[in-house]
Amino acid sequence: MSEGLYSMEAKDYDKTLDLTQIKPYGDTMNDGKTQLSFTLPVPAGDEAVEAAKQLMKKMGFENPLVVYSKELTAGFTFFNCYGSCSHTVDYTTIHVPKVESDTMDMHECDEYIREHIGRKIVVVGASTGTDAHTVGIDAIMNMKGYAGHYGLERYDMIEAYNLGSQVPNEEFIAKGIELKADALIVSQTVTQKDIHIKNLTELVEMLEAEGLRDKIILICGGPRISHELAKELGYDAGFGMNTYADDEASYIAQEMVRRGLK
Amino acid sequence: MQESKIGLDYAKVAHAREIARNIANQVQSFVDGYTTVAVERTVCRLLGIDGIDGNEVPLPNVVVDALKSSGQLGQGIAFYLGNAVVETGLTPQAVAEAVSRGELDITQLPLHKAGEIEAALQPYVAATIERIRGRRQRREHYIETIGEGSKPYLYIIVATGNIYEDVVQAQAGARQGADIIAVIRTTGQSLLDYVPYGATTEGFGGTFATQENFRIMRKALDEVGEEVGRYIRLCNYCSGLCMPEIAAMGALEGLDVMLNDALYGILFRDINMQRTLIDQYFSRIINGFAGVIINTGEDNYLTTADAYEEAHTVLASDFINEQLALQAGLPEEQQGLGHAFEMDPMLENGFLYELAQAQMLREIFPNAPLKYMPPTKFMTGNIFRGHIQDALFNIIGQWTHQGLQLLGMPTEAIHTPFMSDRYLSIENAKYIFNNMKDIGEEVEFKEGGIIRRRAKEVLDNATALLEQMENEGLFSALEKGIFANVKRPKNGGKGLDGVTRKGVNYFNPFVELMKGKK
Repeated sequence: MSEGLYSMEAKDYDKTLDLTQIKPYGDTMNDGKTQLSFTLPVPAGDEAVEAAKQLMKKMGFENPLVVYSKELTAGFTFFNCYGSCSHTVDYTTIHVPKVESDTMDMHECDEYIREHIGRKIVVVGASTGTDAHTVGIDAIMNMKGYAGHYGLERYDMIEAYNLGSQVPNEEFIAKGIELKADALIVSQTVTQKDIHIKNLTELVEMLEAEGLRDKIILICGGPRISHELAKELGYDAGFGMNTYADDEASYIAQEMVRRGLK
Repeated sequence: MQESKIGLDYAKVAHAREIARNIANQVQSFVDGYTTVAVERTVCRLLGIDGIDGNEVPLPNVVVDALKSSGQLGQGIAFYLGNAVVETGLTPQAVAEAVSRGELDITQLPLHKAGEIEAALQPYVAATIERIRGRRQRREHYIETIGEGSKPYLYIIVATGNIYEDVVQAQAGARQGADIIAVIRTTGQSLLDYVPYGATTEGFGGTFATQENFRIMRKALDEVGEEVGRYIRLCNYCSGLCMPEIAAMGALEGLDVMLNDALYGILFRDINMQRTLIDQYFSRIINGFAGVIINTGEDNYLTTADAYEEAHTVLASDFINEQLALQAGLPEEQQGLGHAFEMDPMLENGFLYELAQAQMLREIFPNAPLKYMPPTKFMTGNIFRGHIQDALFNIIGQWTHQGLQLLGMPTEAIHTPFMSDRYLSIENAKYIFNNMKDIGEEVEFKEGGIIRRRAKEVLDNATALLEQMENEGLFSALEKGIFANVKRPKNGGKGLDGVTRKGVNYFNPFVELMKGKK
């Protein structure tokens, strides 16, 4: 089990960084070292360890190493493994769609809105459909904010309405119309069986049917949401993990200016 | 006088408790005058009515909806059902079936004397009381013979959506060392004004709470409990619009722990406060009688409000929940009052504040099996740091003798737990519980130090908040957003149309019997 610890194997590969062929980095360029863990539905034993190694080879790992295994309950064995990844990717050709705006802090953002829009912008947010989680929408909307980023309610130039959780799409749109929303923010936390996709799509379709889609900035957010997914579903932008109220506020303000919505 | 390791002033604690009692009394004087559709459906269930009609509507709903549409809900279902039993000679179940076939309108039968009506229901009442008592004795017998885990009980959740898959996960969890299995409910069940029927295999983020699902899981936990030589407790969620019905189903099927908190439903599910406080009273009477440990939901306040700044709201709410529970005859030993380890991990000395608060709650509620919730808000997807956050949480759980330790998962905020996540979490907790077993008995806290000062500050702030609430009442405090920064109108939210004033004929045959206990 200790072959990885003081490995004497020859490192006869090219150790210079080539961005057209990158692979994981352990402690030497291009060593490909990767750490992973998984459970197989078999009892613990030598056969289980061998099965884990063979599986890793199929996943493209050379020198697979099972450093720990433990039967969790009868017939299920957990593995901690290391291996050298044999695959590479070309970093130079990668293109990821991103929200195109500069993130400003709260004061800069208020100032920007004052200067370029000249009135408070109205943002309505909710966790829609059957989703009962308020944690995401609260992190963005509540005064307090999250992890040191103030929420939209604290912005001088934003009028923020947090409708909470389990808001039906119909109700969300009705409230948006009533409050003359400039932007709608949908939070989706529960993603089992892709329920969020169905719900997000329904909202876009309903806004289109009402002829409102172009008049409003539509944003979705949540731990499983990416900008790419959001665009695909017909949203203007998507905000995933590690994004905060200032990211969304900056985007909304700049997008309104871009579109000439005042 | 009780000895305090953190220098608590017990006169202040007694004062805070007294105010909370006054607040609870105000609530109770309102609750006593009203009933709800959920309370009446619960009475139906306790009188033996079960099953669904051709449209899958549960018979308790069929009967109570019929009563409501004839404007007689305030007289209570027991009155009309009992009268129908006298008049027709049928069982309550047969009466319900006749109502569902449209053959019988129970409000149109000739009325019999109150004494006759009560006597007609007596055998059904007695049978249910006996069944629940039997369930309770069965649990006690198991604990005496095969034993149970030591506190803090390790509490894990299963949430596959499929009750049969939940069984596999739950039994694996028990074999790994879990003492309590909670079957998370499907998203949105709290807002259904009926309880689904039968075994279910489809749910989002959880599994439907149904009586059949309770039965299936109870059986599975008894099996694995006998195998591992430890009684395994079953937990479900007795909150939302069907609060007392689920309490009744749990009592009938031998559940051991129930989330049961009106404040939680008001704040986080926008359930009408009048409706759910009335429902809560009867549900706690049932839970009290059935020997079920309730869990209150204060931990949730801190997922919205800041855990450091709003710690006193948790304590204030625990005080109120204690008094509301006592009013329903639910003893301290069954009060799993809630709190949580939710401070920002970047906060300097955050661990000390968490420790101070946990020790403070332990000393203020010495007999309560406190329910301690793990970090969730600041779990980021960095599973390695998350595992350490959970370790710090486990240290406090052991140190301050928490009752129910809801296990934190390193993959919180990523997915519902894998079998291996649960294993790693249980390993984490067991290592710490054993390795630090008696630390609570070895350490006292420095006079004038951070920990003592923190405990004093939280108690003082909680007392000030309770005083304010005593003046304006709980309803008005909730309207002003005192808990979790969430504001709820007294006449808003879901379920208000199921509330009605009790009429002259109203009676509930279970309340006094269950409050009188054994």
